[in-house]
Amino acid sequence: MGLIVEAVLKIVVVFGVVLTFLAYLALFERKILGWIQLRYGPNRVGPWGLLQPLADLLKFLFKEDVRPTTPNPILFSLAPILSLVPALMTYAVIPFGDRIELFGREITLYITSLNVGVLYLFALSGLGVYGIVIAGWASNSKYSLLGGLRSAAQMISYELALTLSVVGVLIQAGSLDLVEIVRAQSGTYFGIIPKWHAFWYQPLGFLLFFIAAVAETNRVPFDLPEAETELVAGYHTEYSATKFAMFYVAEYANILAVSALATTLFLGGWNGPGVERVPLLGVFYFGAKTAVFLFIYIWLRATLPRFRYDQLMRFGWKVLLPLAFANIVFSSVMALVA
Amino acid sequence: MIPISWYLAVAAVLFTIGTVTVFVKRNAIAMLLGIEVMLNAANLTLVTFSSYFRELAGQIMVFFVMVVAAAEAAVGLAIVILLFRHRETLNVDEAQALRL
Amino acid sequence: MERALFLIFAVTAIGAALNVLLRRHPLHSALALLVMLGALTGFYVLLGAYFLAVIQVVIYAGAILVLFLFVIMLLNVRAEEARIERRPYVRWLAVPFAALLGAEIIYLVRVFEENPSPSGTSVGVTEAVGRELLTTYLLPFELTSILILIAVLGAVVLARRERR
Repeated sequence: MGLIVEAVLKIVVVFGVVLTFLAYLALFERKILGWIQLRYGPNRVGPWGLLQPLADLLKFLFKEDVRPTTPNPILFSLAPILSLVPALMTYAVIPFGDRIELFGREITLYITSLNVGVLYLFALSGLGVYGIVIAGWASNSKYSLLGGLRSAAQMISYELALTLSVVGVLIQAGSLDLVEIVRAQSGTYFGIIPKWHAFWYQPLGFLLFFIAAVAETNRVPFDLPEAETELVAGYHTEYSATKFAMFYVAEYANILAVSALATTLFLGGWNGPGVERVPLLGVFYFGAKTAVFLFIYIWLRATLPRFRYDQLMRFGWKVLLPLAFANIVFSSVMALVA
Repeated sequence: MIPISWYLAVAAVLFTIGTVTVFVKRNAIAMLLGIEVMLNAANLTLVTFSSYFRELAGQIMVFFVMVVAAAEAAVGLAIVILLFRHRETLNVDEAQALRL
Repeated sequence: MERALFLIFAVTAIGAALNVLLRRHPLHSALALLVMLGALTGFYVLLGAYFLAVIQVVIYAGAILVLFLFVIMLLNVRAEEARIERRPYVRWLAVPFAALLGAEIIYLVRVFEENPSPSGTSVGVTEAVGRELLTTYLLPFELTSILILIAVLGAVVLARRERR
């Protein structure tokens, strides 16, 4: 019984923190984009623009829900949910920190530790395609359908490179459990250089993972399917108000999940100096590393032009995929040798 | 504890529904979906036996069944696309003649 | 607790399979199949086959069904229209066959009454499956990879447009 209460409490805390953070992530993106473009971002609503997410939330809630005439109103309403649920389910396995002592019990700072954790994440990224495809179809509009199919094709192409780039990490860490993978990266060589996978034998995997992740989340420079100057807005052209907000939140949730994964798999998760004595520092290190990736995401959006669709697909299949295979071979060799 | 026969009964019902789908439907893609239902019911039976008799071979076989199902779905759908391209219809009743 | 979960998954699976059968638009059938795959994943987890449960979602739900959806959308498949049954006597076969199915299920229940229970550690952990795949079943494993390659080539060749 206590186990269920603990799990429910953890879920509530994680979801509360994550959803609030996602709202503020949208604000930070606009601010950082603004600074890179030599202007202030939103700064009217509240000091420094900090109440902007609240204003956005109110706007989304009160906007009129425009529905196109479609023979599939159920599918139309279902698609944003299908997009949001897998994105949020990824947070169940991400380790935010190690164990801490609270109220006399030892609480682990992750919701669960699945022995097939990494495969669970691959499964969820595969399920993320459905929301997009169904949104494109149920919108009953040619822009939406084309955008949805293009986006889905892009996602499944880069999903391969994404999963294969992680196989090197799995070979090295010897486990599919994310907590074990983080534990395998604890400690340092010569007291200074941490044993993170990004430095020790997986730099190529790290690079491939991040590039594939940017493509997988439909972000610049791979955001052709939803760029405003291209197919209007792709698969979420016909959506407004709450349903659009769900797509929006799902996109940011994916970005945050992928950044958290990159830290967990390649940058040592919660590891850092002094974590053994003060476990709560682990959460701080994890947050800092994830924030670096989020900044890189926003930085990419501000600086790079976007790929054309055929360039995008060619890059995914003919460049990333062979490199991912090469990385697997390399990792296998290193696992035998080192 | 759940008796093994409950799992087997569910698998049997699923298999039957899949078979009926293949018989009744006239759309080529719907028939392929029925075949997938049948394959999944067989997978459930295999996994049930593997779990209850503590033999790993059942799950290995399911792994291979999934691989073969993927291959079969890919080729089957390619054939369906060809059928559609030549006859403009997916109704298998109208594709009975060898020559158009 | 376990029985409640089993019941939920069983009802979902059978309901979804019935939807695959009864829906007129193949897209709705495909989505019903997706629900059925989800219910089966629940069954696999209940039976302790963790690796297979996740592989089921990755391969079946994440790849095969997406392929089905793509083909349905690209070919713009329409819903089936109601037709007049040309052989009305066939429906009289339904009752005997349903009785046969019922008899078989009752037989199953009888035969497996002293059934072994799946208590203790599960046999479906990834490490065990992986070890078996790469030692005892290495030859079928390699053969299936060739099979997949043949299937990919076949699908590409079959569905390619003729170049003039």
